[in-house]
Amino acid sequence: MTIKLRYFAWVRERVGKPDEDIEVPSGVATVGELMVWLASRGEEYAHAFGNPKVIRAAIDRSHVKPQTPIGKASEIAFFPPMTGG
Amino acid sequence: MTTTFLVRIQREPFDAATEAGKLTRGRTDVGALVTFTGVCRGAEASEPIAALTLEHYPGMAEAEIERYVAEAIERWPLLGVTVIHRHGRIVPGEDIMMVATASSHRQAAFAAAEFLMDYLKTCAPFWKQVEKADGKIWVDAKTTDDVAAERWAVTAGRHAAE
Repeated sequence: MTIKLRYFAWVRERVGKPDEDIEVPSGVATVGELMVWLASRGEEYAHAFGNPKVIRAAIDRSHVKPQTPIGKASEIAFFPPMTGG
Repeated sequence: MTTTFLVRIQREPFDAATEAGKLTRGRTDVGALVTFTGVCRGAEASEPIAALTLEHYPGMAEAEIERYVAEAIERWPLLGVTVIHRHGRIVPGEDIMMVATASSHRQAAFAAAEFLMDYLKTCAPFWKQVEKADGKIWVDAKTTDDVAAERWAVTAGRHAAE
């Protein structure tokens, strides 16, 4: 299953790109598990996802929690806590 | 009761007074108009800044704000709601965003404006980066903002992260 990942703010800076398409590996079922897998992909990913507790996620443009199943998501975004307003 | 609402995400500056005025134009049922304008300060954590840059998640930012506006309209007898939020580089003194709420009476207008601001701060996908003398720094989220948003969830039955 191919999904689009999008990164914002310092997550984007640390990963070094704004988005990418990935194949979700078997055994990765939730957003939290996806972050753990991403952290293992290399130095820049480890830097971005080393502390998943501070990262928020959205599936298809709605906020989700780490335990949310990836399901049929087409786009998953990762970003720091929001600071708009 | 017709409620007019407008949500706009834009790079360009806006005029808060003009936008708020549109909520009362041509109607006589509005008795209260509350406008909140977020303005770029010249200092962050007591250090002067040259500018701030707002990054946002296009598509999700509009959708999230529209969700809070819909909820505000359900919770209070509102006649009009306007939310405008800028992105891109903004210098001190410029407006960043505005919320305007119109109602027959002040209580609903005040409460809805505060509710919208609290949710916008914690849930709308925007991120501020400040330009200081020694470089660019991402602004940290404040736990006080989370607490402010949570007080509405008690009655709303929903939470920012849900």
